[in-house]
Amino acid sequence: MTGIASIAEAVREGRVDAEEPARAAVARLHEKNGGPQGLNAFLAALSESEALALKVSSDGGRLSGVPVAIKDNLATVGFPTTCGSRILEGYRPPYEATVVKRLREEGAVIVGKTNLDEFAMGSSTENSAYGPVRNPWDPTRVPGGSSGGSAVAVAAGIVSGALGSDTGGSVRQPASFCGVVGVKPTYGRVSRYGLVAFASSLDQVGMFGATVADAAELLQVVAGHDPRDSTSVDLPVPDFSEERDTGAEGLVVGVPTEYFGDALEPGVKASCQAALDVLEAGGAQIREVSLPNTPYALSAYYVIATAEASSNLARFDGVRYGARDSSGKDLGEMYERTRTAGFGREVKRRILLGTFALTAGYHDQYYGRAQRARGLVSADFEAVFGGGVDVLFTPTSPTVAFPLGERVQDPLQMYLADVFTVTANLAGLPAISVPVGVSDGLPVGGQLIAPKWGEKTLFRAAFALEGAVEAG
Amino acid sequence: MSWETVIGLEVHVQLRTAEKLFCSDGTVFGAAPNSQVCPVCLGLPGALPVLNGEAVDLAITAALGLDCQVHEVSVFARKSYFYPDLPKGYQITQFSEPLATEGVLAVRSAAETRPIRIRRVHLEEDAGKSIHDRVPDATAVDLNRAGVPLIEIVTEPDLRTPAQARAFLQELKRTLEYMEVSDCNMEEGSLRVDANVSLRPEGAEAYGVKTEVKNLNSFSAVERSVVVEVRRQTAILEAGGKVVQETLLWDERDGTLRSMRSKEESHDYRYFPDPDLPPLRLQPERIRGLEAELPELPARRRTRLMEEHGLDGRDVEVLIASRSLADYFEALVAIVGEAKPAANWIKGPLLKEANRVQRSVEDLRIPPRALADLMGLVDDGTVSGTMGRTVLGQMADSGKTARQIIETEGLSQVQDSDELNAWVEAVIEENSEEVERYRSGETRLIGYFVGQTMQKSRGRADPKALSALLRNRLDK
Repeated sequence: MTGIASIAEAVREGRVDAEEPARAAVARLHEKNGGPQGLNAFLAALSESEALALKVSSDGGRLSGVPVAIKDNLATVGFPTTCGSRILEGYRPPYEATVVKRLREEGAVIVGKTNLDEFAMGSSTENSAYGPVRNPWDPTRVPGGSSGGSAVAVAAGIVSGALGSDTGGSVRQPASFCGVVGVKPTYGRVSRYGLVAFASSLDQVGMFGATVADAAELLQVVAGHDPRDSTSVDLPVPDFSEERDTGAEGLVVGVPTEYFGDALEPGVKASCQAALDVLEAGGAQIREVSLPNTPYALSAYYVIATAEASSNLARFDGVRYGARDSSGKDLGEMYERTRTAGFGREVKRRILLGTFALTAGYHDQYYGRAQRARGLVSADFEAVFGGGVDVLFTPTSPTVAFPLGERVQDPLQMYLADVFTVTANLAGLPAISVPVGVSDGLPVGGQLIAPKWGEKTLFRAAFALEGAVEAG
Repeated sequence: MSWETVIGLEVHVQLRTAEKLFCSDGTVFGAAPNSQVCPVCLGLPGALPVLNGEAVDLAITAALGLDCQVHEVSVFARKSYFYPDLPKGYQITQFSEPLATEGVLAVRSAAETRPIRIRRVHLEEDAGKSIHDRVPDATAVDLNRAGVPLIEIVTEPDLRTPAQARAFLQELKRTLEYMEVSDCNMEEGSLRVDANVSLRPEGAEAYGVKTEVKNLNSFSAVERSVVVEVRRQTAILEAGGKVVQETLLWDERDGTLRSMRSKEESHDYRYFPDPDLPPLRLQPERIRGLEAELPELPARRRTRLMEEHGLDGRDVEVLIASRSLADYFEALVAIVGEAKPAANWIKGPLLKEANRVQRSVEDLRIPPRALADLMGLVDDGTVSGTMGRTVLGQMADSGKTARQIIETEGLSQVQDSDELNAWVEAVIEENSEEVERYRSGETRLIGYFVGQTMQKSRGRADPKALSALLRNRLDK
């Protein structure tokens, strides 16, 4: 597939029919998605006849005619929004998420809604009520998660770009597992209005592209203040691709030792080391740094994320929308039965953990301590960036894509897949996963992390890394 | 043993905003069910709250009027519980860092003026309404009220009698009304009260176990329910028992309290800061600006009216009942120059008319200038005092001036002796029996004759001239 900018340009200049890229995407989608060996990346999509009936304007939007997929936890008019959950079966949002609106306003065509771990809770997309997603590199392996469907939609060449959401790595980790680029912007850079909340203080809409340029293009369109989201920040949006060709010369790349320990698979370590070598050869200054509070990050993350989730998911009560089980004798039983049947195991586990963490008497011991740990993790980053480091480089995940079913019964093993990505969410920093190599036939992602609002530098480094890896 | 009553109040007040606290839906009372809702207040997945600045201003104003310290940083928190009229499964409120703390409002009684400390004033959203009697075998939910802005005002346990609690609420309501932060309409639920009640041995310092009384729909219900609760707790303590911490519901129909839930059954609301809303940061200039715009509040106005106009406490209490009435009074005094007649006209005839046509004084179509003119016409004898009150009624009905009414209806007082004489002669002729009795010494019948003659004149006769004329004629 060609890049987003060239598709849009071809459409704007009339070299390609405005509807053509989307129709082709829908055709690929239906060819690859369904059936017993299908990817199962989409939960809803335009049908071939809807694709034929499409009317797309070619009059100049930045994403004119570009086919895009949307994670099914973003409110999208014209499709159901299920969050991969039974409890939202049949729910069709009457309003549109700001990010989806902005994509459409620039001419993008939403071809479908992608599969995900239920309510974005998971690291393998196996927690979807609608079945797991397969990794196109090896259909017996997971695509990562929770935005597995979006990662696969791009990796399989179905769409040019896709939106996901990243609460603890849910964009970067599947990007890494699927060999595509996934970016999580600074917390507050992109509106969360219409993103079904998992953990509000950590959630950020992220973008997938086959290339760094495609991911940057999508972020360029959706970034910027939204008066409907009080946590979106009113700051000017820079041109993220401005330093596309600056290269690595003079870039100070910090390498935190805590991210290169024993948990790391040798193949992942080797790919990352090779990437660092080519960056250095390109003129980057590689500097070993320490983020000493990293060991607390994963626990703090799971306490904060589950606490917020327990509250965010309280609204799924069977009263106003979605599924309801009214077979019980009273209101209490209606709640109990609806939520018991509606939520999957992992979601229930997290609601219970989070409820406990906020319970009077335990509140400070868990939620309070986790917040303090979060402060320490943020302070580590500030110290490193304050010391002259431009970006940090780490592996995105300790492993390559693991086999379907391998970790489903072992939540702690599953949670470890996020160990390198949760820190950027805790600190609200922008981070990106870029393919840096292949290990045993499976892609390896390298993660770059920049200071708050430092997306321009982040993309400069990502472009340089991408170029170095291709050249190396 | 003698027991001291300790009462604290929690008052929820709906702020007078056009829009809800976190979205732009309307707040009109009585609108069709679920007609003022949107993704935000319906709690649709993905919708987010955005704070209404107007509500914040009103809350700050209220807090300042209650002499609170308004904090430059306060934090919104989620209070979690499940109920069908609570769309998100949590209420957005303020918990450990409220908007304002440490205020005071004095409550006056004949005996003393007692300062009641205000513990806190915080902002929160209202829940919707569950309606159990509209749909057979089902509960209907109206979410128009969900997200409507409230302030909760919590007092310290400084009140000592049920009557004091009631007097405090009256002063609080009046103070809030002066600031125009709320309609304070209890019937529409824009002012709601819960009372915390405990007893302790006279002279003791430690508070006793408290109960919370809910479902109080009027100030009188507050007073009566607390009386009942104090009696109940006294009986328990006198019998050597222990009061159990619980929530009680007041039943207005039979004047009883019944237990709603005990402490063991109480909710754990799992408060935590709402991650969707950054802390509320207030510029000091914003607080100072609102402070500068505070109107004169009832307590101050009461003192000033007494001092400036030499009125007694009773008169002033009536006149400061509302800010508009006090404004009316002062405007009237400015025109007529004298406070006492102005106060008397307002307290008596004007309020009677307002009551009759069920309007507030400012909506009566009788501006102070018009009442001043009428008072002038009574003073110069154009109409009698009685006729003046009749004219006032017509002014209220028609919106016309006193002069127009007197002229078109021919109501001006008749002093002309020919006309008066004619009425007097007619009355004497028609009441020969009474004339006999009068002349044989029953002189108190003069009142009867004046009345008869006034009737004949349809109230237009000058009663003073008339009584002289009658006496003159009858004594012959």
